[in-house]
Amino acid sequence: MAETTATTTEVTVKEKEPLFGKAEKKLLLDPLGDTNPITIQVLGICSALAVTSLVYPSVVMAIAVVFVCGFSSLFTSLVRNKIPKQVRMIVQLVIIATLVTIVELTLKRFNYPIYKQLSVYIGLIITNCIVMGRLEAYAMANRPWRAFVDGLGNGVGYGVILIIVAVIREIFGKGTLFAGSPIQINIIGASNAEVGYLINTAAESGIGSLFAGYTNNNLMVLPAAAMFIIGILIWIQRTYRPTLVDVS
Amino acid sequence: MELFNIFIKAAFIENLVLAYFLGMCSYLAVSKTVTTAFGLGLAVIFVLGITMPINWLISELLLSENGIFGMDLTFLRFILFIAVIASMVQLVEMIVEKVSPALYTSLGIFLPLITVNCAILGGSLFMVAREYNFTESIAFGLGGGFGWFLAIIAIAAIREKIRYSNVPPALRGLGMAFILTGLMGIAFMSLMGIDPSALTAGK
Repeated sequence: MAETTATTTEVTVKEKEPLFGKAEKKLLLDPLGDTNPITIQVLGICSALAVTSLVYPSVVMAIAVVFVCGFSSLFTSLVRNKIPKQVRMIVQLVIIATLVTIVELTLKRFNYPIYKQLSVYIGLIITNCIVMGRLEAYAMANRPWRAFVDGLGNGVGYGVILIIVAVIREIFGKGTLFAGSPIQINIIGASNAEVGYLINTAAESGIGSLFAGYTNNNLMVLPAAAMFIIGILIWIQRTYRPTLVDVS
Repeated sequence: MELFNIFIKAAFIENLVLAYFLGMCSYLAVSKTVTTAFGLGLAVIFVLGITMPINWLISELLLSENGIFGMDLTFLRFILFIAVIASMVQLVEMIVEKVSPALYTSLGIFLPLITVNCAILGGSLFMVAREYNFTESIAFGLGGGFGWFLAIIAIAAIREKIRYSNVPPALRGLGMAFILTGLMGIAFMSLMGIDPSALTAGK
């Protein structure tokens, strides 16, 4: 890792540009709103929506995507002038697959329950269109540091939507937040995340007792709920930004 | 009959798009008209049906402990699977171009897209996770592909019609496509009650 940091700073120092100027800030912040990977570019929905029924796995997934997206952009940008055009897809896929393997092995070693829960979806980060999309659209044509920031920004923009969807689904579907993690909070309805969405027992303690009469909404646990929530997010965003509405 | 069960299960009950969200990118991008959706759907069935048994052979013969190298190489799984898929898509593209230029021109643009279709890699990873054998993996591949085909045809047909409806402007296009997919997902959930083994048990 130290080696790559050295290369990036070297490049930026040579250009006499600030390490984190306006352009970088734009690259980092735009994906949060106007060019959001999920709601605007509609890329990378494939691999992750199924994990959004709980917040904790979604946070892990978001971190994994930010990591893979950032570093694959960085490495692709470093070798971009040496890749022949015909095989660039394969080269990009190998870079991404290597990074995803690192993520997978790290999770397997340090957090096995989450690794089991995410199962094939970790591997599917490889075919997450947003990673490939940024490599093709940005990293192949720009300097490493910029590409790295762009990758991070898009990873974060993706993660934010993931976590918003997960928060809504977990609160209404199970009445908890961060279930399964050390800091589980019971918000409404049943206190036990395990039995939560089947039987609604009165909450035992905490904030949960305020809304003890709430029956968990089974719809939110279904995969379809994620589609509805994203559809509504797109609706809200485009209502406030009419320029983003597509004509077809 | 076991194979038939796996096919039905993969196509309807555990539909790759509507139950697992796999292949959503191309599903949303290429579902504007039925003709293009049909072409892409066929290509996906084809590629899934081919890559699944090949990836099965790779994971059993090369990567498992009982394989040729006699050691656990499963950490190489992602790289090998994606390489197989990428090269298979390339191969399919070349064969189709040679055998049927007409089909090639209608599929042309969508074939390379399939490499990054999550449904293909997802299918292979599910196959490993569920420990299918060789013939079962073929049935699963074809079934999964067929399910994907059905889903994209259905959404494309609905989207062609809904263009003439009075949808709120901000919801037009993608927003509506998401909500429609959600509704289709719920509709497909009603198939969950089907127990394919019960259908064949009587015979």
